Amino acid sequence: MTSSSDRRPRPGTGAALALHGTALGRPDAPVLDAVELDVAPGEILTVVGPSGCGKSTLLRTLAGLLAPLSGRVTQDSRPLTRPSADRALVFQEDALLPWRTLRANVELPLAIKGLPRADRRAQAESWLARVGLADHARQLPHRVSGGQRQRAQLARALAGAPRAVLMDEPFGALDAQTRAGMQDLLVEVLRGTGATVVFVTHDVDEALFLGDRVALLGGGRLTAVRDVPRPRDRSAHDDPARVALRRDVLSSLGT
Amino acid sequence: MSRPLPKAGRYALRVASLAIALGVWQLLTSLDIDLWLRFSQFPTVTDVASAFADRLSGPDYWTDLTDSLTRILTGFLLAAVLGVATGVLIARSRLAEDLLGPVLEVVRPIPAIALVPVAILLFPSNEQGIVFITFTAAFFPVLVSTRHAVRALTPVWEEAVVTMGGGRWRILASVVLPGALPGIFGGLSVGIGVSWICVISAEMISGQYGVGYRTWQDYTVVNYAGVFVGMVTIGVLGWLTSTAVELLGRRLTRWLPRTSYAGGRPLRRARATSTAVAVSPRAKEGIPHDQLV
Repeated sequence: MTSSSDRRPRPGTGAALALHGTALGRPDAPVLDAVELDVAPGEILTVVGPSGCGKSTLLRTLAGLLAPLSGRVTQDSRPLTRPSADRALVFQEDALLPWRTLRANVELPLAIKGLPRADRRAQAESWLARVGLADHARQLPHRVSGGQRQRAQLARALAGAPRAVLMDEPFGALDAQTRAGMQDLLVEVLRGTGATVVFVTHDVDEALFLGDRVALLGGGRLTAVRDVPRPRDRSAHDDPARVALRRDVLSSLGT
Repeated sequence: MSRPLPKAGRYALRVASLAIALGVWQLLTSLDIDLWLRFSQFPTVTDVASAFADRLSGPDYWTDLTDSLTRILTGFLLAAVLGVATGVLIARSRLAEDLLGPVLEVVRPIPAIALVPVAILLFPSNEQGIVFITFTAAFFPVLVSTRHAVRALTPVWEEAVVTMGGGRWRILASVVLPGALPGIFGGLSVGIGVSWICVISAEMISGQYGVGYRTWQDYTVVNYAGVFVGMVTIGVLGWLTSTAVELLGRRLTRWLPRTSYAGGRPLRRARATSTAVAVSPRAKEGIPHDQLV
C-alpha cells in the first residue's frame, strides 16, 4: 500500500494544486469563500460535503472551467487560468462522445496532443487493457454498461498523461458492487502515474477509502482537511482511528 | 398493437397500396365520373402511361430531368454547406447572432418563390436565378435545425474536450459537428423537399427546360397527360433524392441508439440519459457556450 506520510504537503514543498483565499462560484451565486487548500503532488485528496455545498464548483474551478471570484488558484505554483490537458476531468455523467468507439474516445486526448495515429491507437488500447476493457475497444459507449463507460472515461482521462485528475463523483451513478470494484481499480491504475487526484464524492466511506486526506465542505466553507489512517484496507472497519475519523467526518457533515 | 408483418409482407402491402390508388384513379377517370369532383377531363392511368412511354423515348425528357437535377443539387449543396456553417456560427457566437440574426429572421418568412423578381434583378441568367431560389428554400430549414442542434449539445462533451486541451477547431470538429449531425440531417431532409417545390415553381415561372417548365408547357397546350407525366416525374425524383438524404443521414448517425427501426434490428436502448443526443435541453448548465467559442 502507499506510504501516505510522504505524500502530504509539508511547509515549503510545492503543492500540485493550491487555492489561496479563494472565493468560488458564479458572480451572482458564490458558493464557497476563503478556501485555503494545498494538494500535494501524487496525493489523492477526497472532498466530501452535502449536496449543493460547492464540491463540483471547487472541481470546475480547479479544472479552469470556472474563474475564481477572488484569491489565487495555482497548479505547480503557476496561476491556473484556463482548462488544460494538465488537468483531466472525469464526470459523473457519461461524458464519452457517443459517436466514438471506446478506443476512439481514449485516443482523443492523444490526438489533441498531436500523436501519430499508430501511436495513439497503441496507447489507447493499452489504457483500455489496464482498465479491463481490452475486449470492448471497438464498442460504442451505449453498447456497454455504466461501469464500463466510467472505466473508459478513466482510461481517457489518464491517457493524456495529466499531472492532475479531477473526478466529480465518477462512481456516483453505479451500484454498490461495481462502485467498490471501481475504487480498487482506480487505486491500482493510478499507481505509477504520479498523478495528483482530487476526488469529489458525497459518500463518506468512499472518501475515507480512497483519500490520503479528506477535505470537508459545508456552510460555504472548507471546514477541515483530515489525514486518513493508512494502509488502505477495505476490511479495517474496526480500526479505532478509522472509526473515530468516520464519526468525526459524519458529525461535521451534520449527519 | 397487431403482430408485426414479416419484411416481404410489408413490401407487398406497400405495392398493394400503390396499386389500389392507381386502380381507383383508373376507374374514376375511365368511367368519367362527374359528381362534385369532376374526373371526366382527367387523363386515365393508361393515357398517362402511354404519354410517359412516348416521352421517355424522346430527347427532351432527359434534358429536362438533368436540368432540374443540376439546379436542385447545386442549390441544395450550397444551402447545406452555408446553412450548416451559418447555423453553427449563430449558435456559437453572440456577435454572429447579433449581426446575422435580424437580417435572417426577416428574410426567413419570405417564401423562396416570392424571390423570383429579386432573382431576375440580381442574376444575369435565368439558370442562376433558379439555383438561387432553390438555395434559399433549403437554406433556412438547414440553418434553423443546425442552430437548434448545436445549442442542444450536451455541455459535458465540450467540457471533456476542453479539459483535454482541445481548442476551438478541435471542439468544432470533434464535438459540435458530429453531435449536431442528427439535427442537421433533420434540416437537410426538410430542405430537399422544399427545394423541389421551389425548383419546380421557379422553372414554371422562368425556366427553359426542366421538369417544371415542361409541365407548365403541357398545361398551356392542354396536354393533360403530359402534365401528369411531369407530376409523376417530380414525385419520383423528390422521393429518390429525399431517400438519398435519409440514407446518408442514417449512415452517418449510426451511433445513435435506436429503439426500433423499420427493417432494422431492434437495438437495445441503453440508459436514455447517456444517449439522448441532440435533444437534451440543458444548455444552461455549465458555462455558456459563447465563452468557449
